[in-house]
Amino acid sequence: MAEAETATNSAAPGETLVNVSNLKMHFPIYKGLFRKKVGDVKAVDGLSFEIKRGETLGLVGESGCGKSTTGRAVLRLYELTDGVISFEGEDIAQLSNEELRARRPHMQMIFQDPQACLNPRMTVGAIIAEPLVEHRQMTSEERKERVKELLNSVGMNPDFVNRYPHEFSGGQRQRIGIARALALDPDFIVCDEPIAALDVSIQAQVVNLLEDLQKERGLTYLFISHDLSMVRHIADRVAVMYLGKIMELAPREALFKDPKHPYTQALLSAVPVANPEVESQRERVILKGDVPSPSNPPAGCVFCTRCPVAEEKCFSEAPQWRELQPDQFVACHLAK
Amino acid sequence: MASTSSKRTNTIAEEQPAASAAQTVLEVDGLETIFQTQDGDVHAVNNVSFSLQAGELLGIVGESGSGKSVTMMSLLKLLPMPPAEIVGGKVMFDGRDLLQLGLDELREVRGGDIGFIFQDPMTSLNPVFTVGFQIMEPLRVHLKMNKQQARDRAIELLELVGIPSAGDRLKDFPHQFSGGMRQRVMIAIALACDPKVLIADEPTTALDVTVQAQILEIIKDLRQKLGMAIIWITHDLGVVAGIADRVAVMYGGQIVEYADVKQLYDDPRHPYTRALLQTLPRQEGEREARLVSIPGQAPNLKGQLTACPFAPRCSEAIDKCWQANPPLFEINGSQKSACWLEDPNG
Repeated sequence: MAEAETATNSAAPGETLVNVSNLKMHFPIYKGLFRKKVGDVKAVDGLSFEIKRGETLGLVGESGCGKSTTGRAVLRLYELTDGVISFEGEDIAQLSNEELRARRPHMQMIFQDPQACLNPRMTVGAIIAEPLVEHRQMTSEERKERVKELLNSVGMNPDFVNRYPHEFSGGQRQRIGIARALALDPDFIVCDEPIAALDVSIQAQVVNLLEDLQKERGLTYLFISHDLSMVRHIADRVAVMYLGKIMELAPREALFKDPKHPYTQALLSAVPVANPEVESQRERVILKGDVPSPSNPPAGCVFCTRCPVAEEKCFSEAPQWRELQPDQFVACHLAK
Repeated sequence: MASTSSKRTNTIAEEQPAASAAQTVLEVDGLETIFQTQDGDVHAVNNVSFSLQAGELLGIVGESGSGKSVTMMSLLKLLPMPPAEIVGGKVMFDGRDLLQLGLDELREVRGGDIGFIFQDPMTSLNPVFTVGFQIMEPLRVHLKMNKQQARDRAIELLELVGIPSAGDRLKDFPHQFSGGMRQRVMIAIALACDPKVLIADEPTTALDVTVQAQILEIIKDLRQKLGMAIIWITHDLGVVAGIADRVAVMYGGQIVEYADVKQLYDDPRHPYTRALLQTLPRQEGEREARLVSIPGQAPNLKGQLTACPFAPRCSEAIDKCWQANPPLFEINGSQKSACWLEDPNG
């Protein structure tokens, strides 16, 4: 891949922008009259990955696997349980609120539900201008200009500034959310299921827009999604999560052509293909049962309860995170 | 779960797909549904006609707002009326027009001969009743079973849809089940009275892919065992490719293309179907440099359709498309398309 070749030059695209190591995000469970702490939901349990400048890292997994929590934790929207998140070499997990606020313009987020993430009582203009009011010294004229420019860049008519979110369709609302995220010229955007709530014909429009913006502005994305075929399209590298842990992390081609982890294999084989001939001949790996509770994950490998090839070792010993091939990492005892 | 179904009564159905392929169980003709709003009528379903053969699985594909759910709800008058109003059409089932039936007669059909599975398994199960009660309810009402018979049958049904230790789970409440398990319960309820037709409205949309794969396997398996006809509503072209025999593509409240599943994917004859298939990212081979997208948005259905609803987004539109709404043209035996480009006289 292109990134790997240019990685030696630290100033060029390819330098590490975000480096996450041993990220843990546990949510306490309280019970009883005295709200005694009885345990933890281990939503994210020891993740390590890095995102290079200009690339898109896809984060896939089923609901409840901790992918959204990871996205939010990386921006420190939660106070971390443990771990280091270095953004441009600085550990943002340790920053004070004030220092963090100064860093916020560089990292933004696009949310899943374009209806819920826009304030229904604010006009589109006010929504997009809000980050500018907070972080930039601008006259109101300059702000108006900037808002129009932003609306233009996401493919919307700049005359819409005085309209309210309910006057727009889902795809257009998502564009407004994207314009707001772009307002402060960020380096890094966490896209949390940005297309999940949209229709198929609109999904492609939004994905194309995200790709165009990335090319123009050199953005770096963490693209969280459960739609594997869309992730295959947009991501340079893909991390597969299950029950708070990354199972496999690999460049796109390698992951989709030759998945090493049994969970990745099952996940890929479950994706329906829009071709009746292929569908009628496919051999599926059908996983049994459901995802265990993250408050009480299984001992050993977290996937052992549903794994079709699990051995004795998998039930007792957690697998090491190892590099199977250059750039292809996997957490499985049996992967070769 | 394979062993339990042998007790079931409808053995004829198992041979049906081959033996009597032409037998029509449900025929919808010219269905029209509108919603009355303050700003005028919304024409949600416009002149929809289709037929369902015994034992076949008809996929209904469309985006949100295309009228696919409203069409199916109209069949059994499950819509709130008003604001909804069925203004035209016939729904022939068992020699009767369902739209002419009174409420009591309709109630016998709902959940009896026609089963329904809804999209969201959490909101369609009643949270304050046990799962067992909810499965036994249709059995006791429609089939007049006593408690013990209903209980036995409920256990049999839960085993049929692959819920482990079914007997113990009857007394559990819906919140004690996971999403996939709840959807299995919904399927069990829909199947309770041996329906001739099962209408499934986006039954796997709220589920994860691995769970979706489980449910699809169950449905394939049940079709072989029970042989009922199924209408499967979805927006996912991949799911339809895997399970449907025939497919109707809906847009703007009408069916724009109707074809056998292979024909539809090999040779789509409506520009909307073609565009929809092209927007999907490839799942193997080189990734495309840029996704094909359909410009614009879904149509607003206020007022009667006077032009092709897809014309504003269509890359192949001609003058005629703006002047009149095309009827469904027959292209060959089983494929139909509502596009002026397919007009045999055009």
